[in-house]
Amino acid sequence: MDKRMTSAAVVAELRDGMTLGIGGWGSRRKPMALVREILRSPLKDLTVVTYGGPDAGLLCKYGKVKKLIYGFVSLDSIALEPHFRKARQAASFQAAELDEGMLQWGLRAAAYRLPFLPTRAGLGSDVTKINPDLRTVRSPYDDGEELLAMPALELDAAIIHMNRGDTRGNGQFLGPDLYFDDLFCLAAKQRFMSVEKLVPTEQLAKEGALYTMRINRTLVDGVVETPNGAHFTECPPDYDRDEAFQKEYAATAKDPEAWEAFKTRYLDVPEEEYQAAIKERAEERARG
Amino acid sequence: MADSTRAEICAVAVAEAFRGDGEILASSFGTVPAVGARLAKATFAPELLMTDGTATLLEEPLPVSGKPDTGPVSEAWMPFANIFDLVWNGKRHVVMVASQIDRYGNQNFACIGPHEKPKAQLLGMRGAPGNTICHLTSYWVPNHSTKTFVEKVDVVSGVGNDRASELGEAARFHDLRRVISNLGVFDFQTPDRRMRLRSVHPWVSVDEIVEQTGFELVIEGDVPTSREPDADELRWIREVIDPKGFCNNEVPA
Repeated sequence: MDKRMTSAAVVAELRDGMTLGIGGWGSRRKPMALVREILRSPLKDLTVVTYGGPDAGLLCKYGKVKKLIYGFVSLDSIALEPHFRKARQAASFQAAELDEGMLQWGLRAAAYRLPFLPTRAGLGSDVTKINPDLRTVRSPYDDGEELLAMPALELDAAIIHMNRGDTRGNGQFLGPDLYFDDLFCLAAKQRFMSVEKLVPTEQLAKEGALYTMRINRTLVDGVVETPNGAHFTECPPDYDRDEAFQKEYAATAKDPEAWEAFKTRYLDVPEEEYQAAIKERAEERARG
Repeated sequence: MADSTRAEICAVAVAEAFRGDGEILASSFGTVPAVGARLAKATFAPELLMTDGTATLLEEPLPVSGKPDTGPVSEAWMPFANIFDLVWNGKRHVVMVASQIDRYGNQNFACIGPHEKPKAQLLGMRGAPGNTICHLTSYWVPNHSTKTFVEKVDVVSGVGNDRASELGEAARFHDLRRVISNLGVFDFQTPDRRMRLRSVHPWVSVDEIVEQTGFELVIEGDVPTSREPDADELRWIREVIDPKGFCNNEVPA
């Protein structure tokens, strides 16, 4: 039952054209170490399902995305992900934009192995025009109400990042919000979880209240320990968002030279070197 | 106290939009709406619920600028999953920004230009379709012009009254309350639920509003002037909610 893997081994399990779900929300507790591993891989033509943050921005920037299924792509403290914005305005991928609530509803349908779940969200808006495959369904009961039938968002694979986990694939969030990471795992055939820190199973209940142990091992096929692996997104209580680094990242969308320098220093290198580089960067800034 | 600023008058108009809502979650986007919602809670609507911007409901909302006198008191946990519960359950009134809005209150903040290849990508659909079909919605437009108050929005993210009427029963929880701009206050209290000029801000004339609006507004008789904050409200805004006056950057004098 030892599910430990390396990030490279996780990405080796992924295939071109797959539908990949990414946990977290905006610039919050994103599995960035795994995303960076995907950026360095030859993977392409992905359909990505996400409450989008820099994961979506970077994958779009790298041309890995054929279709993005999302409600928004935001860096939170920067309302709009600038690399995503550029890719959208160049129409470089298919934009399946949904209402935020529809996204979790589609994941839930897939989680419960249902073809769809009914909702009012989306009715009357241009969500149905942007996504012409969406259908409505009529209530079979006396009310006869016509509702939007949100189709199951079935994922080939999902990646999530947790604060703590054990080698068997149990995961724990210690921050304020699980987001929809449980649904991403339930909706996927292959589930990979990176964690800040692997701990013995008996340690989990000491790290946080019982209800923070929300990812049980039926939801996870592979575990990777990636300390600081959500950087530069926030991962409380372990660390806050690296706002200065995020600003630098956002600014590269407007400056091709800055982007190349950023890419060379932080993204063309293995994760250990990324972590060393951001430490070095923080020291440089502290010196002024 | 000094005369109220334009932003403060706009914030009072936002606060008024929450009057009578009862025990529901008040959500706001933009600085003026944030000040307005907090003002409502601080004065005539203490029963409103508000989050800290993440996953906690606070007994007293955090100020939009400056530091609170005391540490915030949490009254409930509100992660995003529970936000959707509240939204779909209808216990919420949201004030969203509109980059474009039409006479029936169809709102766009998704993108400018065709959605396939937008000239400018904006926020995206976010929660606007679900919010508008499920619960009370108002809008804030900090830059009223013929570019924001338009004949036809490029993309409908928030559902307007004409589209809601076509949906019939399915849209029975759709309820557009107010539109507050830097020029005036608007509602949809007309037989065909078109946008009506409800009040004019003190620094604007009805003619100016008509000129700056890209569609025909319903204007009935003498339009009242938007009310100014009273001394108590000004004290709340300037001493507690927004001591650094951030809201004034959104509506410069």
